[in-house]
Amino acid sequence: MRNLVKRFGKFTALDGISFEVKEGEIFGLLGPNGAGKTTTISILSTTINLTSGHASIYNRDVVKSKDDARKLIGIVFQDPSLDEELTGRENLDFHARLYGIKGNDKREAIDRVLKLVELEDKADKQVKTYSGGMKRRLEIARGFMHKPKVLFLDEPTIGLDPQTRRKIWEYIVKLNKKEKLTILLTTHYMEEADAICSRIAIIDHGRIIRLDTAEKLKDSLGGDVIKIGTGNPKRLMAILKKCKLFGSIKEFNNGLEITTNNGSHAIPKIIELAKDAGIDVAYTTLNRPTLEDVFISLTGNAIREESASSADQLKANQEARDTRGKPI
Amino acid sequence: MANLFETIYTLWLREILRFVKSKSRVIGSGGQPLIWLAIIGVGFGSAFTFASGQHVSYITFMAPGIIGMTILFASIFTGVNIIWDRQFGFMKEILVSPVPRLGIVLGKIAGSTTVSLLAGLVVLAIVVIAGVIPLGMLSIIGIAIALLFMIVISSIFVAIGVIIASTVSSIEAYNVIINFLVLPVFFLSGALFPLSNAPLWMKALAATDPLLYGVDGLRGSLIGIHNSPIYLDFVAVLAIAVFFIAIADIAFRKIQSK
Repeated sequence: MRNLVKRFGKFTALDGISFEVKEGEIFGLLGPNGAGKTTTISILSTTINLTSGHASIYNRDVVKSKDDARKLIGIVFQDPSLDEELTGRENLDFHARLYGIKGNDKREAIDRVLKLVELEDKADKQVKTYSGGMKRRLEIARGFMHKPKVLFLDEPTIGLDPQTRRKIWEYIVKLNKKEKLTILLTTHYMEEADAICSRIAIIDHGRIIRLDTAEKLKDSLGGDVIKIGTGNPKRLMAILKKCKLFGSIKEFNNGLEITTNNGSHAIPKIIELAKDAGIDVAYTTLNRPTLEDVFISLTGNAIREESASSADQLKANQEARDTRGKPI
Repeated sequence: MANLFETIYTLWLREILRFVKSKSRVIGSGGQPLIWLAIIGVGFGSAFTFASGQHVSYITFMAPGIIGMTILFASIFTGVNIIWDRQFGFMKEILVSPVPRLGIVLGKIAGSTTVSLLAGLVVLAIVVIAGVIPLGMLSIIGIAIALLFMIVISSIFVAIGVIIASTVSSIEAYNVIINFLVLPVFFLSGALFPLSNAPLWMKALAATDPLLYGVDGLRGSLIGIHNSPIYLDFVAVLAIAVFFIAIADIAFRKIQSK
């Protein structure tokens, strides 16, 4: 995709986003609320049109040849998109029909995906009886049952408990490895993005601020921070500076703060050097910058207001549900 | 083409599955017209002399109109399902799939039409069993023609529902519009009273009412009373149906680009 621009009236949601996702990659799209993540996915999944720019999936233009692009993608939306009146199996059956999977292939595909997300024994219950996690699993199952080339996941783990989140990431990684599926996802859970994504784009105000691997993003903050407590910081600093193995070294009350690339290996080295010089070391701590640190340092501390967060949307849906069946 | 029919069938099947799971809907949509028939039909029939110059009692005259009413009510409210699907996100699942958009609209209309038709058939069965329409008046051909009318009338109002549901996004707004539409359409259709003695302005207004031709056709095919030739009624409802389905297709495509 190149130079995506999407305007809603005067509001510019995407301001020239360009990136390329490689085959077989898990690509993470991170950004504060309202940064343009969902808009990007909506464009790539052909649900909204571009104002300008160009986007394609395996050379199928998402605007000009929508149906060709649609065949190649699977998507799990941020908000639930199941028919709650139908059973899990009926939802999958509906999906199979829309994607032209028939007969035996259909039965096999349904059983295969149900097995992968471990929903076999609940498949014939109405979706409205499912828990949030089960619904998500069913949506993931549905998203890849037609064997897409690319799977879009828009905050697949939002609002789920840690156990379910883990399970869902497990499925996602399994899909990526086993089925060689390219995955593009958005999430707010930084540790998860860190653990799973091969590359990460951080976007804000409709622009990509940084695009790299999680490791390189974290390194961009200057590497690991080691703190060493000692009664004689000045002398230790002189020794450490002399051997030139470390980055910046700062002194604070009874200690040193050292920035270096490989903290866990540096600590024994420092202790050895201190010991040789007869300097006591009271304590050491090691802090690795997290992806969250990178995220905050790139996008700032301000809280973003989003007009309709998913939680609000869910509430609205709930209210709508309460008015269902109102007599005329 | 195969893809188009497959899509229509898939969407139709879903409506039917949903319907089977909530049977109370058909009882609800059939129950109300029967109350009208019982109270208005019996009440008016006993209070006034029926001055249509026809040889049937008022309640018999009214019965085909009530079948038309059943179809009208059951059909036009199905549009709410589209708003429903949009709010619950299921519409997105449909819209990202590689199927012809026309198939989605036609499938929706086919599904809702089938459900409304069932409601109409239930009311027809009840009025026949209750003797409101004497068996002697009915013929196989008459029933077959009535069935065709019911299908076409239903598809008109389902399509109107789709158009409105594609334009507004809240269920409240949808209900307000429908309630505003549905009563004039019903009263001007000739379902409750013959329009032959009505003032000219009312006749003119009624001529724009799709249900007028439907009720005339139903009445003609079921009890042999009609103002225009039945084939003309049928051509009229068919043309109106094609028109509204075409508009529904256009309106539905607009949802996507939002």
